Amino acid sequence: MSFFNEAKFLIKSNIRDYGMYIALFVIMLTFAIMTDGLFMSSRNISNLLDSAGYIAVLAVGMTLVIVIRHIDLSVGFVAGFLGAVAAIFLTQIGMSVWLVIPIVLIFGIFIGLFNGFLVAKIGIPSFVATLAGMLIFRGALLNVTESTGTIIVNDDLFNALGNGFIPSLMEVNGLHLLSLLVGLIGIILYVYSEVSNRRNKAKYGFDVMSAKIFIIKLVFVSFIIGYITWVLAGYNGFSWTVVIMLLVVVVYHFLSTKTVLGRNIYAVGSNPEAAHLSGINVTKITMIVFGSMGMLAALSGILFTARLQSATTTAGTLFELDAIAAAYVGGVSSAGGVGKVTGAIIGAIVMASLSSGMNLLGVGISYQYMIRGGVLAAAVIFDVMTRRQRA
Amino acid sequence: MSDYILEMNGITKEFTGIKALDDVNFKVERGEIHCLIGENGAGKSTLMKVLSGVYPYGTYEGDIVFEGEVQKFNEINDSVKAGIAIIYQELALFPDLTVYENIFAGNEIRKGPFVDWNETIIQATQMLKKVKLNVDPETLIKDLGVGKQQLVEIAKTLSKNVKLLILDEPTAALNENDSENLLELLKELRSQGITCIMISHKLKEVISIADKATILRDGQTVCTLDAHKGEISESVIIKNMVGREIEDIYPKRLDHQFGKTVLELNNWSAYDSQLGRDVVKNANLHVKQGEIIGVAGLMGSGRTELALSIFGNSRNYKLQGDMKVQGQPASFKHTSDAIKAGIAYVTEDRKGNGLFLIKDIKSNVTAAHLKGISSRGVLNLNEEVMVGSQYKDSLHIKASSLEQIVGNLSGGNQQKVSLGKWLFTGPKILILDEPTRGIDVGAKFEIYTIMNELIKEGMSIIMISSELNEIIGMSDRIYVMAEGKITGELSKAETTQEAIMELATQ
Repeated sequence: MSFFNEAKFLIKSNIRDYGMYIALFVIMLTFAIMTDGLFMSSRNISNLLDSAGYIAVLAVGMTLVIVIRHIDLSVGFVAGFLGAVAAIFLTQIGMSVWLVIPIVLIFGIFIGLFNGFLVAKIGIPSFVATLAGMLIFRGALLNVTESTGTIIVNDDLFNALGNGFIPSLMEVNGLHLLSLLVGLIGIILYVYSEVSNRRNKAKYGFDVMSAKIFIIKLVFVSFIIGYITWVLAGYNGFSWTVVIMLLVVVVYHFLSTKTVLGRNIYAVGSNPEAAHLSGINVTKITMIVFGSMGMLAALSGILFTARLQSATTTAGTLFELDAIAAAYVGGVSSAGGVGKVTGAIIGAIVMASLSSGMNLLGVGISYQYMIRGGVLAAAVIFDVMTRRQRA
Repeated sequence: MSDYILEMNGITKEFTGIKALDDVNFKVERGEIHCLIGENGAGKSTLMKVLSGVYPYGTYEGDIVFEGEVQKFNEINDSVKAGIAIIYQELALFPDLTVYENIFAGNEIRKGPFVDWNETIIQATQMLKKVKLNVDPETLIKDLGVGKQQLVEIAKTLSKNVKLLILDEPTAALNENDSENLLELLKELRSQGITCIMISHKLKEVISIADKATILRDGQTVCTLDAHKGEISESVIIKNMVGREIEDIYPKRLDHQFGKTVLELNNWSAYDSQLGRDVVKNANLHVKQGEIIGVAGLMGSGRTELALSIFGNSRNYKLQGDMKVQGQPASFKHTSDAIKAGIAYVTEDRKGNGLFLIKDIKSNVTAAHLKGISSRGVLNLNEEVMVGSQYKDSLHIKASSLEQIVGNLSGGNQQKVSLGKWLFTGPKILILDEPTRGIDVGAKFEIYTIMNELIKEGMSIIMISSELNEIIGMSDRIYVMAEGKITGELSKAETTQEAIMELATQ
């Protein structure tokens, strides 16, 4: 295959995945030009990623829920409620952060498992079961914040999760050294995994992409990682939110693509009956996916509370819909069995970029909603069209 | 000169090169009960779909003459307007609506823009009297038994001024009492001048009720028998239904010794609480190592239900009786237990519940046995490609690559992927449900060859099939099922198509 044919083939067969990255690139470029580069400034990108964090972790969990043909509407107020619980534990009971975080995450898992139980064992449609959860946890949030109103959190360690940055060690030309190192390690790990993967494939005697394309891909992705690192290092470096977000993506990406559990989740999503007849325990998988969703909702609540340095009575409002939107922009399909964890993150960043860019441009909030709605619709239309073409 | 209400002359209908109907002639006299008989796939349903306009005018060759006029139905509504009504096996009723709402559903009695419910109830009551159904018209459909639902469906049809009533296996889901009532009603309707075509597999019914019977085989009319001339008898019908020579399309198999009994069922019953009846009744069955067991029977005779009840009971039947696998008592809570015990089940409906159509070949092949390509829960994706290509080669799956989406493969290749998926689990007992349905002759031969290789390696196969040829050509021993019961066991020597058909139509 000639160089161009191979490149063409790669683009054609991965159009849905690439389309999303291209869209993100176009959105960022447009805003960068319209704001004279202000949009791509270190400070703005850093804020943008931090503001995407608590939705992005929800979107990761939501993607898997939608993959198995369900929905979870309760996550917004579960996040709000558990964020408040964390605040209460920290301020009123005086627990240590190291205790509060695992406890709240475990609460989240139990709430998720309960949703999963209603859906998988009792057979309540997930829309209804989690709608009930949404109302219940909205009430629960009001209940625990009623007497005190907004709960201010003074724990610096906890607040750092939403506002803090990894230590810089020392500054090199105004850039944060540790962040640069993290970026460098990221590039090395990426190149190493790609090369060893390729070598492994060659060992099995499989076709691999040509050396030229392979090197271009390595250089391109390394450049992107390097560029983002450089941009972030120019402000305060990597924030803890970004680090947590990256960890969630890496873990969930691995789980969903490289493990038996992940494969079973996608099998249940693409044909539940066939999955059952293939010996896959559909009930168990459904419980696990909802359990993980609950845990991520708890994480989202922690990030949000830390970001605001307080738990408010309305925390979590509409988070679930933002997460669903991000998941759909990220390419998940409600027909089940299709959707990537990495897509969910990109979807969340796309939505956050739109808000951030339009805020910089001073676009009125009324138009912001309309434009974000339009982008969501366009993403799904694009998805349907490319899918139809392949079928 | 006879008074024909319906003449279908020279009907030919092709599906991408395959003739489902080949020059079929079918004539029905006014006021008679005319039975249409044939094996599964003989073309009965296709013929009725041509008649009712499901396949519109122009997609078939030949003429339909109804009430003396050539009809050109473009859709079902056209045939309904002309006075032809079909009642299918799966009833088209709304379970959560009342009897009277159902009878006039889509045909509401109006008073201005509104529905006239009082008039509806009055007329519905009259209709119910006509079909001799004594229920309150305000009863919900779901609270009625299947037999009574059937009568509501007929009442609904009669409310539309029907001249020709077609019933597709009306008694298949009914118990004996309800069946008799229904047949009585048909006789009653005949005396009121309604013509009736009934598709049936139950020969006793045909003999008791039919004025005439037309037999189809392989898309052709074999003959029309007249009861009033004493032409209808069980043996004549069976002879004409099967009558085919067994073609030599079955690969030769060397004689070999069978091993120990690997699967045994004693007084095995499965009760379906949704249907409210036993779908498998007191089945006794055994399978030896290296044996191919054929399970014959007509559609709905409980063959698939038998397989599902063995394979981890995925439909949650209430089971009774004993199952022994490899001599040990076995009970499976989940399909995964059955797989662990060495049982594999290749489903009848490969698109519906057999394959992951949106996924590629390799992930379909490994789906039931991910343990085989993973260690401690982590997949080795390269190993998966190896496994995939191994089955692609050994089963001759024709595809551009292992990454090809299974939904885009032909039926035969899909079936091979499905087979590959189960062979990768390393089964001892392989249950094949209609393994060659909808696939071409070449692929069939390949699947038969694979089956022979598998038993040579010591596997046992249970093959469920509606094709008598296939059952006879491939099986060492045959069980025949009818209405959930095993009505007979035939050895290879004593098997004839007639013998199977006799047991299957009991």
